Amino acid sequence: MPQTEPLISFRNFSFQYFSQAEPTLHDITLDIYPGEKILIVGPSGCGKSTLAHCINGLIPYSYKGTITGELTVDGKTPEEGSLFERSRLIGTVLQDSDAQFVGLTAGEDIAFSLENDRRPQAEMKETVQRVADLVGMGTHLSSSPSEISGGQKQRVALAGVMVDDVKVLLFDEPLANLDPLTGKTAIDLIDRIHREYQKTVIIIEHRIEDVLYRHVDRVIVISDGRIVSDSTPDELVCTNTLRSLGNREPLYVTAVKYAGVTLTPEMHPGYLDTLDVDAVKGPLADWYNAQPPLPEKEPGEVLLSIRDLDFQYTKKRKLLQDIGFDIRSGEMVSIVGTNGAGKSTLAKVICGFMKQDKGDILFKGESITGWTIKERSFKIGYVMQNPNQMISKSMIFDEVALGLKIRNLPEDTIREKVEHALKICGLYPMRNWPISALSFGQKKRVTIASMLVMDPEILILDEPTAGQDYRHYTDIMEFLRELNARGITIIMITHDMHLMLEYTPHAIVLAGGRKIGDDSAVAILTDEDMASRANLKLTSLYELATRAGLPDPQAFVRQFIRYEEERRAKEGAPTQPGPGTADTAPSDAQ
Amino acid sequence: MKSKLFDYIERDNFIFNLSGVTKLLCFLILTFTVMFSYDARVIFLVLIFSFAILRVSEIRFSQIRIMLYYVLVFIAINFILTFVFSPKYGVEIYGTEHDLFRITERYTVTAEQLLYQGTKVLKYLSVIPLGMLFLLTTNPSEFAASLSSIGISYKASFALALTLRYFPDMIRDYNDIALAQQARGLDLSKKEKLGKRLKNMMNIFVPLIFSSLERVDVVSNAMDLRGFGKHKKRTWYAYKPLVKNDYLALAISIAILAGSLAMTFFVNHGRFWNPFI
Repeated sequence: MPQTEPLISFRNFSFQYFSQAEPTLHDITLDIYPGEKILIVGPSGCGKSTLAHCINGLIPYSYKGTITGELTVDGKTPEEGSLFERSRLIGTVLQDSDAQFVGLTAGEDIAFSLENDRRPQAEMKETVQRVADLVGMGTHLSSSPSEISGGQKQRVALAGVMVDDVKVLLFDEPLANLDPLTGKTAIDLIDRIHREYQKTVIIIEHRIEDVLYRHVDRVIVISDGRIVSDSTPDELVCTNTLRSLGNREPLYVTAVKYAGVTLTPEMHPGYLDTLDVDAVKGPLADWYNAQPPLPEKEPGEVLLSIRDLDFQYTKKRKLLQDIGFDIRSGEMVSIVGTNGAGKSTLAKVICGFMKQDKGDILFKGESITGWTIKERSFKIGYVMQNPNQMISKSMIFDEVALGLKIRNLPEDTIREKVEHALKICGLYPMRNWPISALSFGQKKRVTIASMLVMDPEILILDEPTAGQDYRHYTDIMEFLRELNARGITIIMITHDMHLMLEYTPHAIVLAGGRKIGDDSAVAILTDEDMASRANLKLTSLYELATRAGLPDPQAFVRQFIRYEEERRAKEGAPTQPGPGTADTAPSDAQ
Repeated sequence: MKSKLFDYIERDNFIFNLSGVTKLLCFLILTFTVMFSYDARVIFLVLIFSFAILRVSEIRFSQIRIMLYYVLVFIAINFILTFVFSPKYGVEIYGTEHDLFRITERYTVTAEQLLYQGTKVLKYLSVIPLGMLFLLTTNPSEFAASLSSIGISYKASFALALTLRYFPDMIRDYNDIALAQQARGLDLSKKEKLGKRLKNMMNIFVPLIFSSLERVDVVSNAMDLRGFGKHKKRTWYAYKPLVKNDYLALAISIAILAGSLAMTFFVNHGRFWNPFI
């Protein structure tokens, strides 16, 4: 691939924010050539967002700090250019495609950069239409942001940088807010634009398997501000680099490794499509046959029962229709489905924030339809996706105590309950800390602790791991599993397939306000029809097993999950959280 | 809860199809006309005119009902208070005194006072439909472009557009946070005492402010990265260029202003129409 001068070139480059004691990037040497497609991976706080800021010019033009070493972009050092010049060369699509939507309609948002460049209106209209057609948004130009989906907003954002005819497209975690199928479409679109328009593409993402659904030239792995690996996907997955640094490697790769296969780049294991299945077939079958039979779990009592539930805001559209299911005591359940399928609405109706039009909700056989929000909150705790939206006190203890103080409990009881909850959540040593010193995962624990003080029997969590890297994801999920082992039933609203597969034996699938599936997560993620109706993807484990010709691919997936679980249990309890690091870096906080 | 600042419903008629700039300018011209003149006859004509175009614009009564009630209450209060605080202001202005009936020595109702206060009511009644018209018939996208084209700095104009853009999001966040706090037992209903309720509201505003600040950072990065503020001027995608009807509307407005000024200088020889001499 390298033929000419690199477009972007780092030479022994280090960067330290003025607000930080330590450099965030150390000794980076990296060349990116015109027309390349590069994936940059690494856990949160590793410096990958800072690296992105160095590429798109926010560093040094907006964020100040100390630079050592050299960086040239299109032959220019930062001193020779400006942020505006840089943005004509490199277009950035940010992670939060909702916040970056600055126009009142899609058309205005796409035109934003042209407006700032004083282009005449006729030219703008022409360019906007052309670029919008290219990303498939040509018929939505007058839609407001509330009328289009997350995936469509991202397309608008992409069009908004492509109007400048940039050479480089930089995507900061493009998959973070998308459901699996929309994510797949996004990766396809990026791939098409890369090939058809000869753009240089840089993708920053920790969902490696999902990006490797299409070809990339190189994967750069970053850890603690340094580049630790720079290789092709085929080379990378053969090593242990990803796992040892807290990244998630593609599931099918892990499975092949569990089967005892020594991967080599010649087997092309970087992508599931190119993997030489014949070389791994035998060991996979042997591994599968060597597994003990799957244990059957005794089902608990029915705890929560939803009967024929209907809900609608307006007369026009029913948001929930004929929903009915049982959740048993001690279960971990995921509620999945596309955006707008009714997942959040269902959770809100269960918590009593909104009242159903028809049907009943039973808790231990008793109808709670007449209960107030407050009464329900003693049985069912609700944890929002963004902990910053829940936290209203500045000290940890006060925040967790809030719900009890409102109920005017005696001081001693409050202290006892709060300390108990903090101990469960591993926050007891930090009880007198200000919340601002905590990382995202720790804040999440604070919000969970503030629910636990009310002794709920059910916790409902909205996207508990959204935007988290593998290590933080594992921390949060293992913690939830511990809570579950203490007898709390856990319901999660999610579109993370890994979470569903690995942690929730039971999954309920909604689409268009109706329940279309209620089965084990493995069964759902190996059912092609179900997956496509709910915007999910089949798990790569299933595809691997099918391609390898295993007799029962679904049982193979179950065995893999059980094996993983055992391994994690052997590796010991999840690490206790330490003082936050990710949140203190101004750029890597998410 | 309504999550839009005001309802903009697209329609196809003379008023809707005017450019935002035209509507803003006409609104300003007519407002000036009405504010400058104290000739009840002139104002009454403008009043008829503004109700006529309200009719032409096909705005539904339901869209303006609540606003209208507020305005009527305001006008009524204003009418009473004016009389309470300066019952003889009309006499001062017109220089004559025609008593109609007495309440007390101080509060004698005069024809002058009635004319003065009546004129003021007419002023409000004629300007307010115009304001509502401007708000309800201008595509929000065009606001910023209109403001900027009458000389307001584009950064200030764009700030207005951003407010319109993010206001619904703030409302959504507010509702979500309020629900989560209510689940913890926070009472925001009228059952709670006002002081306590305000304190409880704080528990919603703190997280709202912090999550909005996070957003401000992303938005300003997104704007920087797409060249906002690069030049002293910018163009507008949503700008509607002026066409024949725009000039016609402007001409009508200016004609009304000119007519009113002519009345002021050549007929009334002052801002007041004085029938008492």
